[in-house]
Amino acid sequence: MIRYIIRRLLWIVVVLMVVTGLTFIIFYVFPTTDPAVLAAGRNPTPQLIAQIRHIFGTDRPLFTQYLIFMKHLFLGDQYGWPGFGFSYQDLQSVKQEMYSRLPVTISLTVGAAVIWLLMGIPIGIVSGLRRRSVADRASMLFALLGVSVPIFWLGLLMLYVFWFKLGIACSSGYVPIFKTAGTVGSYGLLPWACHMAMPWFALAVGYAAFYARMVRGNILETMSEDYIRTARAKGLPERSVVFKHGLRGALTPVVTMFGMDVAFLLGGAIITEVTFDMQGIGLYAYRAVINSDLPAIQATTLLAAFFIVFANLIVDIVYAYLDPRVRYT
Amino acid sequence: MAQQVASEPVVDPTEPELGRVEGRSPTQLVWARLRKDRYAIAGAAFIVVLTLLAVFAGFIAKYVVHHGPNEPFIFSGTAPDGIPYGPSSSFWFGHDTLGRDVFVRVLYGARTSLIVAVVATGIAMIIGVILGLMAGYYRGAVDTMVSRTIDVMMSLPILLLAIGLAAVCGSDRQGCLGGSMQWPSGPASTAMWFVALLLVILGAMQWSRGKAARGGFIIFLGLFAALLHFPVPLPSISPGLPLVIFIIAFVNWTYIARIIRGQVLSLREKEFVESSYATGASDWRIMLREIMPNLAMPIIVYSTLIIPTNILFEASLSFLGVGVSPETASWGRMISDASANGIYQFAPWLMIYPGLFLFLTTFAFNLIGDGLRDALDPRTAK
Repeated sequence: MIRYIIRRLLWIVVVLMVVTGLTFIIFYVFPTTDPAVLAAGRNPTPQLIAQIRHIFGTDRPLFTQYLIFMKHLFLGDQYGWPGFGFSYQDLQSVKQEMYSRLPVTISLTVGAAVIWLLMGIPIGIVSGLRRRSVADRASMLFALLGVSVPIFWLGLLMLYVFWFKLGIACSSGYVPIFKTAGTVGSYGLLPWACHMAMPWFALAVGYAAFYARMVRGNILETMSEDYIRTARAKGLPERSVVFKHGLRGALTPVVTMFGMDVAFLLGGAIITEVTFDMQGIGLYAYRAVINSDLPAIQATTLLAAFFIVFANLIVDIVYAYLDPRVRYT
Repeated sequence: MAQQVASEPVVDPTEPELGRVEGRSPTQLVWARLRKDRYAIAGAAFIVVLTLLAVFAGFIAKYVVHHGPNEPFIFSGTAPDGIPYGPSSSFWFGHDTLGRDVFVRVLYGARTSLIVAVVATGIAMIIGVILGLMAGYYRGAVDTMVSRTIDVMMSLPILLLAIGLAAVCGSDRQGCLGGSMQWPSGPASTAMWFVALLLVILGAMQWSRGKAARGGFIIFLGLFAALLHFPVPLPSISPGLPLVIFIIAFVNWTYIARIIRGQVLSLREKEFVESSYATGASDWRIMLREIMPNLAMPIIVYSTLIIPTNILFEASLSFLGVGVSPETASWGRMISDASANGIYQFAPWLMIYPGLFLFLTTFAFNLIGDGLRDALDPRTAK
């Protein structure tokens, strides 16, 4: 097991290197608008552009730039470790900006995850156990509708109906729970939850639908296994057959899916954050891409990839504990 | 859930209808099941109607509503304060902020959506099937290479990179990737030659120790590193539709390759492959004549399931402002335009109609895909 984990950690390092390389090629090597020109403002003199280029470090050869990026990543830069440099837009530390935005994305992801688990798993279990009942048909119709609806459209519809027309929901934007140095305007648990409610729901619907389908399929498969028949044959009440034997087999694959989905969203729920104007990692990444803010792009991409590969490892380890049939060597 | 490949129809003798009918081909069986699925039929009907609307969008614009998708009715279509007028008898879905007809633009948007989704899915399918087939059939080094590439691709924040590609390549009318790419000269070049040489030697050592798969892979990496020194000509991809299609296909082939690889891994152990091999058939023949026909059904099912995802992908890219060019009507961009400055609060039709069409289209494709999957899976026989 230890050997397996070490091998996987090495593989993670390889993947992350490849990710930085790919990001570098896409955003630095491909012809793009020169960030120095963007930062210089209107009618800049060539000297100013050259100066800015020197500050950004984009006057160096590409390969040197990549090596410097790597050096800063491993050894840290003027903002400490890991060194992500400064944003080309406001010349502030990218790392600081990401730290301050992380609570937004975490709030969004965790809340939505709770909602989609609470919706998806019970729906899936009920329709799997009562196959072809009215409840099953209704849930599967909901599931198909849920996976088909575009998040941004659902979000705008909800904003229009519940906030603008009915006035019972909070507007878009993010309100923090705790007051910190950078807090402007209101804060607190209730305003936070009120502003999060619609983004949570909009984000969770698609996942809930997907999980309901997956759990239903797993239940159907598990309940026809031999060990379920054995459990029934030895006279266990149906309740413990389902809850003790059936669900264990049916819900284990959900763990894998869940870990990956949460990790993916922690890297930035771009569409939800754009729709609801929430200043999270996703919106930061999106702005960075649109404005050719290269250090911010590198940092957000690397963070997202890190979450994904790391969740992959954790999920595999957890799986080995949950499913005794899985053994790693 | 593992897909049962419909090479041999599983006939349940207790089911009277299937027991009575003799010798129906798997395709006929699937078709018979599918025809009984009302939801799938409804989905297919919607797609047919939508396709007709998309094909005849120009005709409808010219002869039914009498104005085109980019005709601005600035003064008759928008109020003095800039808020567009809502649906009327000649503008069925109302005007947008430039006074253009939302209905006609929704029809043209259907064109964009369908073209992007179908073409991108087709390209992704071709890449995915070829790579999945090779990986599953040859296993060893080829499999390692394909699978590792898929692993890396799946660890990437795909949407972010897609936005990045679209933004970077879309900012220039020339597009990107055009011209040639070459490793920089100087000490970096020398270092790379060294790395290449080292990799080839390492690979040869592994190979000689009997680890041909690993050795081959390392040698391939070495040759690749050496190849970087020569200018690599790259095709140019122009912004707009081709770019969006390329991006969607580029991020999608991994799913297909993984599924096909899994299928091929189990198919290649079947008796009919063995007997074909025993009669001296070439690898190509086995792949194309023995294995491919068994992949036809999974390929159809997964393409119908991936098309709606790709429609949403195109809409998302357009919603984020990096999709097709502004004058091309796209549902995602229409919704994005509606959300700009909160204009949808005063003109909800800007957002409702394109979104509704987008939603219904993905829903219809999902209904078909779901029906097909059920029809193909003998365990869910109705």
